[in-house]
Amino acid sequence: MSRNAQNDHLTRLEQTSIHVFREAFANFRSVCMPWSMGKDSNVLIWLARKAFCGKIPFPLLHIDTTYEFPEMYEFREKAKVIHGIDLIVRVNEDAIRRGIGYATHDPVTVTHELKTVPFKAAIDEFKWDALVTGIRRDEDPTRAKERWFSPRSAEGNWDYKDQPPEFWGQFASSAPEGGHVRVQPLLEWTELDIWEYIRRENIPNPTLYFARDGKRFRSLGCHPITHPVDSPASNIDEVIEELKLTKTSERAGRAQDHVGRNSMQELRAKGFM
Amino acid sequence: MNTQSLSQPVSTSLPSVEDHRKMHVVVVGHVDHGKSTFVGRLLNDTDSLPNGKIEQVRKNCAIEGMEFEYAFLLDALIEEQEQNITIDTTRIFFRTKQRAYAIIDAPGHKEFLKNMVTGAASASAALLLIDAKEGVMEQSRRHAFLLSLLGVKQLVVLVNKMDLVDHSESTYQKIVAEYSAFLKTLGLNAVHFIPIAAKHGENVVDRSAKMAWWKGPTVTEALDNFAHEDDLTGLPLRLPVSDIYRFDHRRIIAGRVEAGAIRPGDELIFQPGGRRSTVRTFEDWPGPDSRSVVGTGGSASVTLSEQIFVERGQVASHPANQPRVGREFRARIFWLGKEPLVQNKTYRLRLLTQNVDAVIAKIIKVTDASTLESKEAASVPRDSICEVIVRATRNIAYDLHSECPITGRFALEEGGRIHGGGIILDAVSKSEAPSGKVTASERGARAGHPPAVIWFTGLSGSGKSTIAEAVERRLFDAGRNVIRVDGDDLRVSLNRDLGFSSADRAESVRRASAVAGLFAGTGHITLVTLIAPLAADRAKARAALANHTFIEVFVDAPLAVCESRDVKGLYAKARRGEIAEFTGISSPYEAPESPEVHIKTDKTSQEEAVDLVLSAIDKVLQGKGDDWEV
Repeated sequence: MSRNAQNDHLTRLEQTSIHVFREAFANFRSVCMPWSMGKDSNVLIWLARKAFCGKIPFPLLHIDTTYEFPEMYEFREKAKVIHGIDLIVRVNEDAIRRGIGYATHDPVTVTHELKTVPFKAAIDEFKWDALVTGIRRDEDPTRAKERWFSPRSAEGNWDYKDQPPEFWGQFASSAPEGGHVRVQPLLEWTELDIWEYIRRENIPNPTLYFARDGKRFRSLGCHPITHPVDSPASNIDEVIEELKLTKTSERAGRAQDHVGRNSMQELRAKGFM
Repeated sequence: MNTQSLSQPVSTSLPSVEDHRKMHVVVVGHVDHGKSTFVGRLLNDTDSLPNGKIEQVRKNCAIEGMEFEYAFLLDALIEEQEQNITIDTTRIFFRTKQRAYAIIDAPGHKEFLKNMVTGAASASAALLLIDAKEGVMEQSRRHAFLLSLLGVKQLVVLVNKMDLVDHSESTYQKIVAEYSAFLKTLGLNAVHFIPIAAKHGENVVDRSAKMAWWKGPTVTEALDNFAHEDDLTGLPLRLPVSDIYRFDHRRIIAGRVEAGAIRPGDELIFQPGGRRSTVRTFEDWPGPDSRSVVGTGGSASVTLSEQIFVERGQVASHPANQPRVGREFRARIFWLGKEPLVQNKTYRLRLLTQNVDAVIAKIIKVTDASTLESKEAASVPRDSICEVIVRATRNIAYDLHSECPITGRFALEEGGRIHGGGIILDAVSKSEAPSGKVTASERGARAGHPPAVIWFTGLSGSGKSTIAEAVERRLFDAGRNVIRVDGDDLRVSLNRDLGFSSADRAESVRRASAVAGLFAGTGHITLVTLIAPLAADRAKARAALANHTFIEVFVDAPLAVCESRDVKGLYAKARRGEIAEFTGISSPYEAPESPEVHIKTDKTSQEEAVDLVLSAIDKVLQGKGDDWEV
């Protein structure tokens, strides 16, 4: 497809995301982009390279729970080379020594210990004041209220009742004392937009998203709590056709979302993405 | 704008191809006039809810012993359900047969006006609900005023809860008459007034059998008739500079085209500053082919033919069609801050990528957004609208809102947080322009940067002048006003009568600081290179130059190295006793205890030293977007 087409929907989303990336880089002292290696994360890498003319001028962070699918680790090493990524990897070794794991603990505890705790530790270590995330408003009701630039307190808390106004392309320009700002270039994108863009731009992604034996992953997390959905969609075109018809939610296969009535809200208030 | 009259049926000649561009629609109106219920119903009736969502909400209602309401579909957070009001601009996607929409359920509760502004500012069109039974209320008017300020031009008024007034056409007509008159005073015009009963889905997607008298469109028909926001590609080019990238050999000017279009070969002028160059290439990734034109909304990555000084904040345009450049204008502001807006107080003014201090020079009047009555006041409370004179501390590039909306509006910030926004009505006429003696900040405004004194101290032969010359070259090439005051030069001119005694040295430092003060007073970045061996003398210099930014650079070279260089043969003379009280030999050098920049010449290359000094200056002139490395 022609990159000259200015006015198609995907190009508009892309150009807005690039603007958000550039404003973040210009406004903040130290930027980092957490990378889950999932499709949204990979689209972010692509957009960052477009925003900065090929080179991502800040590090990426992978919080390794040690429960990633083996294919994800392979993908990580491949993508690192393809995109020239400056990658920081962190594991909560302490929690693993204490025996925290899916075999013995509930998903909310494990997610907190193996994701949120090392994530906060990395923020403390590197003193980033802006973190680029792949949050989309259509993913989950609690994410619908997000801003492009969303301040977080030093404790990582999100004061969603008193968010700064955002208008006319003017975003929060500084982080709260000791805290940081979440920068969210994919806010306006939907799951379908993501896949249509991946197709258009030919963005590398793990093949777990495509059906094997009638099942595929729609959203990727830790393997013990991430379940494939029934689907015959074995390539991008088929995934897109499937999404146009589906009415089930994207994160239906992510167990930690469904433990209690409001587990996502709890996780997010504690600093989860 | 659609000029259809109210009684005409909606056009049936709608385009048949699906429109892929998602339209942003904001839903506003007085509290409890049914916004959330309306959106819930709209989602349901357009079949846009995920499977099981209604069942889930019904189940939750049953658990909590509440009657199911469509509004609960939106109230995703527990807190909201408890308060029974929506707290933020929940963005929800739905689609009609015609196209996709992102609907923003902007809340009506007064406390959350900033959220309504956030939602409405990104909308192409607005739906404003009025309760047929309650009629036009305070926020019905306030929201319309804000919509007019925010530039939302396509408006449909939904007269809701028609079921509570027996679907009465005369009740409906009364509201239409009253509210159209109000809208007219704002220069707004509703495309339609649609009578609906959101709770029962009447005239939302499906036509109401109980209002057979209504021949106009249903809500979704009206939405599908809206045009996307104005295409600004036809306007003059406005490309605000977001940053300058030098990740490799390229020097790329990055920014988003806010209006107009840009092509390789275009001559550009960057304001404020007025420097010109030509677009050489677009550095699109992945290559090799890049765009032949970047239109409004597109990100541009531009290289220029000439290496001119460019910095974040400047606005690139075509020379024939430039923005205004000035620092004082009249504006209409909506104020959302917890603390009132105060006359003579300084705020941060953010216009595109420009970010400058600005004073509210005068509050002309405060307007009650509901009654439109105006009064004079010295401060403006939260959630009010006012007219003010804004005076920026330096020149900015802007347009009048009537000429180009995107470059004619700004946000006001305090403590890193946005507290208000405004549109520029007109430039302040010459008669109100500043008079009297020219101030330092005016000179700084003309130079495009504040002045500073950079004082290089260190032993003779330590390399002060060499570093200062290189710094001067880089600053000069970057378009800065810069001058060097060299101790050796002064010694043969102004200081011809002075020798090397400590009294003469003190006098020499005094004269050098006076000269530096004069240059800084003209707006120059002034580089002084003087041994100035005594801490007390240097402290006096710093005090004498207290009005300016003062950066002390200690060029710290071991005496042996300086003596071995001895470019001017002074050390040899001193050793032979031909110069009395020569610093380092027969007179002490008191090293600075806490210089702003400390260069250890045995550990730092000259290039690194220059970079250290430049980055210290860079910090003073604030700017990650500043580009020194020309």
